[in-house]
Amino acid sequence: MAPVATTFFFYFLSALTVLSGVLVITRKNAVHSALALIVSLLGQAALYLMLYAPFVAGVQIILYAGGIMVLFLFVIMLVSIEKAQKEEQFNQQWLVGLAAALALGALFVLVYVKGRALFPDRGILMPEQSNTQQVAVLLYGNYMFTFEIASLLLLVAIIGAVVMAKKRI
Amino acid sequence: MAPISTLHYLVVAAALFILGVIGVLTRRNVVIVLMSIELILNAVNLNLVAFSRIWGLHGQIFAIFVITDAAAEAAVGLGILIAFFRNKETVNMDEVDLMKW
Repeated sequence: MAPVATTFFFYFLSALTVLSGVLVITRKNAVHSALALIVSLLGQAALYLMLYAPFVAGVQIILYAGGIMVLFLFVIMLVSIEKAQKEEQFNQQWLVGLAAALALGALFVLVYVKGRALFPDRGILMPEQSNTQQVAVLLYGNYMFTFEIASLLLLVAIIGAVVMAKKRI
Repeated sequence: MAPISTLHYLVVAAALFILGVIGVLTRRNVVIVLMSIELILNAVNLNLVAFSRIWGLHGQIFAIFVITDAAAEAAVGLGILIAFFRNKETVNMDEVDLMKW
């Protein structure tokens, strides 16, 4: 299906994503931050759809917005937020933060200006019907070993999380 | 208006990355620092998927692996946070000084 009103959707979704990102790092209440992060992740999933990556978009929604954010919300409920809300939210490092942001911004501008040849404007239209199929062929073909290592990593993470969170092992 | 090129997506990803870095450096609440790390990882994912439109599907595979890593990182990080909260009754970043020299 040919894309409709690409420009409008791109700017709308980018604004949604970035503004929710700003909310994530400025809100006082951690629950509000988590909700803003969910909006940001969903906007990003829609951007993936615009980039002809429906499988990654689905994984983003199910795993990030569904799984990881539920984990975050649970932990926010476990630790007391009332006390944390009354305290100072920002540390004294805003100057360092500003410097890092400026340096990174300058780096990105430099890379994007110098490396223009790396991303030519040939708008390839990938077939989104067979995207999942192609991803699966790559994942279970070329990246078989990496896939197995990823499962091992998840196992280690599960054990690590249980060991960390348990009172007495 | 100009058609949307790959560069547009890269700029959005750069903005998200910078937001994440500012969040990591300036917030005191550990939960929000972890959320900022998620923002950074997402910015990287957006870059990978944007490039995969030009250079083939490998970027999307890598994005999936990054999401896997993010899940593992969130699980272990939040586990550490719970253990820390049990010991110190706080979630502030600058009170994590047990191993500080």
